[in-house]
Amino acid sequence: MSQLSVNHLLGIKYLTPDDIDLILETAKHFKEVINRPIKKVPSLRDITIANIFFENSTRTKLSFELAQKRLSADVISFSAAQSSVKKGETLIDTVNNILAMKVDMVVMRHAHAGAAHFLSQNVNATIINAGDGAHEHPTQALLDSFTIKEKLGSVAGKKVVIVGDILHSRVALSNIFALQMQGAEVRVCGPKTLIPKHIDSLNVKVETNLRKALEWCDVANMLRVQNERLDVSYFPSTREYAMQYGLTKELLDSLNKEIVIMHPGPINRGVEITSDIADSKQSVILEQVENGVAVRMAVIYLLASKIK
Amino acid sequence: MNQKVLLTKQDIDSILHRLACQLIEKHHNFSESVIIGLQPRGVYLANRIKNILENEYQIKNIDLGFLDITFFRDDFRRNEKSIEASETQIDFLVENKNVIFIDDVIFTGRSVASALNAIQSFGRPKTIELLTLIDRKFCRHLPIQPDYSGKSIDATITDKVKVYWKENADEDQVFLITN
Repeated sequence: MSQLSVNHLLGIKYLTPDDIDLILETAKHFKEVINRPIKKVPSLRDITIANIFFENSTRTKLSFELAQKRLSADVISFSAAQSSVKKGETLIDTVNNILAMKVDMVVMRHAHAGAAHFLSQNVNATIINAGDGAHEHPTQALLDSFTIKEKLGSVAGKKVVIVGDILHSRVALSNIFALQMQGAEVRVCGPKTLIPKHIDSLNVKVETNLRKALEWCDVANMLRVQNERLDVSYFPSTREYAMQYGLTKELLDSLNKEIVIMHPGPINRGVEITSDIADSKQSVILEQVENGVAVRMAVIYLLASKIK
Repeated sequence: MNQKVLLTKQDIDSILHRLACQLIEKHHNFSESVIIGLQPRGVYLANRIKNILENEYQIKNIDLGFLDITFFRDDFRRNEKSIEASETQIDFLVENKNVIFIDDVIFTGRSVASALNAIQSFGRPKTIELLTLIDRKFCRHLPIQPDYSGKSIDATITDKVKVYWKENADEDQVFLITN
């Protein structure tokens, strides 16, 4: 019987290629489920899940909640802003208090890299990392792979460029791990100030010219400039960034091929991507959102099957 | 371990024709009826029945779908059964239709109970019936019986019934394996 090799989803780097295959294959079935007239299955009716978000999130939180509800799990959600964390409670105490209410699984987003890993070692529940600092965002990478597979038939052999703020991006790191594990070639593109120093150690080439990167790739994943994480100035101005690294219709039309455009959202329209591109046929941004629910259902379902 | 042939290729052939005729008696031209093969093993039988109805009894345009019940099982996390799903493919409405579930073997009845839940996601059928090739009597956990059955057998709970189709094996055959 196929099962995941892990008991928590802390990051893509802890998964095997077989784990990714199993998750994407299961997600395919859940995508069919969420397109039925009645979009709900009873699998997790005896499982309770807590969504703990110490950082702001709209689509990830909604997507997780919807995935959990489609699986019939009981769901409680809380945001740090309204919690006792503000009163000085530690992470372990906060989570253990929630678990004392008989919660089986915790989905957590946290500003610090390694928070999900730390939690998995210290509390008795299944942990899903919904983003930890600039470290990993595994479900985003899985839904990106699912979308590429759906659009292009496979991930293996595809050329994917990740454009933008790589330095602060957990989406970039998880995507690099996931894509490489499935046999894709990955490059990153952005201003040198926003490329991590040790990117070479991940076997990823750097391209600072957007046109060259686009001419090379089959898929371009356009990342948002994370203004909230930019503690110092990494580029002269937003306008200059948009001129150098913003994807425009003119640039896309000038390529002699059609590439797939992805974006994990939220979009800064007119900065990393123009509105006409975001809403064009080449863009799979809304498919990514739809697939996010199916992929998260798969992850939760597969991890829940291991709860005894 | 002892293996005994329950049904030969010829037996299966005549049973499938008999089952097809029983369906015609009840469902006539199938204008208000649909066939749903239960994944994974009911699919072969459902395809066979549909082919016989279409090719030998000239009943055309029968709606055939496949239903996977993995996500509706009542034993999730309770045993070592596979959690991997198969494809569900129902490209028509079951609302107010007469649905015929087809599976190769009915044993405890739990899979059929899950299928009864799962089909509700596609609408509210007018009626639901069950057709199976083998009915393992005296093993039921739930009050569910087939409406059409190829062969009823008395088997103990530890016995196994193996159904082979020429699509996935050399030829059509059913075996009873006893300890």
